[in-house]
Amino acid sequence: MNSSSLARSSLYQLTKIRFLEFWREPEAVFWTLFFPILLATGLGVAFRNRAPDVIKIAIVENGTLSQSIANAVSNNIGLSGIVCDEQSAERDLATGKVALVVIPRSADEVVYRFDLTNPDGQAARGLVDNTVQRAAGRKDLVHAKYQFVTEPGSRYIDFLLPALLAMNIMGNGIWGVCFPIIDARRKKLLKRMVASPMSRTQYLTSFLLSRLLFLIFDISILVGFGHLAFGVPVRGTLAAIVLVCVVAALSFSSIGLLISARLKTNEAASGAANAVMLPMWILSGVFFSARRFPDVVQPIIRALPLTASVDALRSVMLEGAGVASLGSELAILGAWLVVCFVLAVRLFRWR
Amino acid sequence: MASMTLAEAPLALKIRKLRKAYGHVVAVDSIDLDVKTGECFGLLGPNGAGKTTTIEICEGLLDPDSGSVELLGRDWRSQGEELRQMLGIQLQETTFSEKLTVAETLALFRSFYQRSLEVPELLRMVQMDEKRDARVGKLSGGQKQRLALACALIGDPQFLFLDEPTTGLDPQARRQLWDLINELKSGGRTILLTTHYMDEAEKLCDRVGIMDRGRVIALDTPRQLIASLGVEHLVEYATTGAALEGDALKQLRGVRAVSSVGNLTQLQVAELHQTLPALLDKLAESRITLTELRTHSATLEDVFVSLTGRHLRDE
Repeated sequence: MNSSSLARSSLYQLTKIRFLEFWREPEAVFWTLFFPILLATGLGVAFRNRAPDVIKIAIVENGTLSQSIANAVSNNIGLSGIVCDEQSAERDLATGKVALVVIPRSADEVVYRFDLTNPDGQAARGLVDNTVQRAAGRKDLVHAKYQFVTEPGSRYIDFLLPALLAMNIMGNGIWGVCFPIIDARRKKLLKRMVASPMSRTQYLTSFLLSRLLFLIFDISILVGFGHLAFGVPVRGTLAAIVLVCVVAALSFSSIGLLISARLKTNEAASGAANAVMLPMWILSGVFFSARRFPDVVQPIIRALPLTASVDALRSVMLEGAGVASLGSELAILGAWLVVCFVLAVRLFRWR
Repeated sequence: MASMTLAEAPLALKIRKLRKAYGHVVAVDSIDLDVKTGECFGLLGPNGAGKTTTIEICEGLLDPDSGSVELLGRDWRSQGEELRQMLGIQLQETTFSEKLTVAETLALFRSFYQRSLEVPELLRMVQMDEKRDARVGKLSGGQKQRLALACALIGDPQFLFLDEPTTGLDPQARRQLWDLINELKSGGRTILLTTHYMDEAEKLCDRVGIMDRGRVIALDTPRQLIASLGVEHLVEYATTGAALEGDALKQLRGVRAVSSVGNLTQLQVAELHQTLPALLDKLAESRITLTELRTHSATLEDVFVSLTGRHLRDE
């Protein structure tokens, strides 16, 4: 009884065929499910945690003075020194091979030469000076202890993974809607559908609903993989992650509906979809922080749906933010959803 | 006459002064047309005659520039949703989703109708029971066309539109589809079909409207249209060398008209059994050798040729 009334529901049938059409296309399944894993693995390997950087310095040759500085420096973590003549030391500094040149003039005078705008030069100067002063007999009055930590959540992969999830939702939302619609229009299937008493709004809605179904894969694969393979933290609740993903998926799908509202060929759709997505890949802070862009464009960047998705997912996953603190991001996504869907319904070409 | 009873039936479709132009091309040039309830009406004409534009306006898929369409006593603008539930539509070219099975496709279309036939019943009607779980992509052309017919029938429609239902099919598949359509006719449905096959129109249609360049140039039963030629048969022959004079041919018994295309001479003939021996005698008498001789009964094709001077399908 229940299953037969479900079978008679056109929204259920439309959503079901969306899913079947996707599921029976092996290439689509592969690219949707495995591409994000490949990307995350590639980037994870490229930006894996390395040993802390070592700053190189040059010590100008001056007998035992240079040698004792070199010995003291070699005991220092994070520094590596070579002893050479002044000319080659100058050349190495100019070409960036060393960050600092130490010139021991006499037992009570040393010159540090470095570029003030180079943070490595600054850091090396401090470290070397400490070493030199201590070797000369300076006593530290306060006893200092060092504790080294590597905090999950502060690495590049942690920064990247929530954004990859958002980007995946965007790509799947837009492509997953554009291609089937353009295809149906090209094959005159769309025309056949509207020749029947099908509800046009239900037809469009079925694309949004089917995207929610695929979201299960998007979320579980990327979050699960990131957590297991790289230890990416999931500090917020799963419900908050799912909520953000659902709203993001709906709004990207309705952007997809709007893109495919009037286009007739796959080529036109690819061009349009790329034109929409490319600026967001760059501007929305997926691979590097969006704060790097000038202040004047920040309001625009913040209004982009990918920025809102990326920010919201990072807050939830990395900072454990609750739904209540995501109001502005969810509002931005909701606005895109409503505006694009309404426009798509208005502009849609059914022939 | 059979058409007398149809004449009294209420109109299922009433088209008045219908016009549709695409830029400078007038696809439908102010036509009037009536389709009576329960009849199978055929729009016959060459490609580009305006058949599909006309049928798509009737289906509510295209808006006319001017003129009116009244379908089942209703108007598309005010009663569109109601009409959709009452119609069955087969479009000229529809490719259903290849990834879905026949039964899934039917279940999808079925969900759009308030009242509908059961999937097994539909499969039986279009003789596709065994293809129930076959993917649409694996079906033959004829099977795809029968699936399209099943989708058109799903809402148990009062009015069925079939736009070139057999175009592109092999002869056997065409015959199978004709049988199906004939069965549907006996079910009391009104059918409007378009075709550029004269034999299809003759086999299936109670009445035929011949369209050319956006106009309906003839409208009657297939039998009456052929009878309007005033001839029952056509004789075509070719000879080597000399030919008989046209006047001499016209004096042969039963010949109504003479025409020639290249070295082929065509006689329109009322009584074949009288004309043919006379023609052969005359040729023998004049010592002219026949290289080709054929006869056929007059068809709608001949009606079209006599009306327009062109063939239905100009290859």
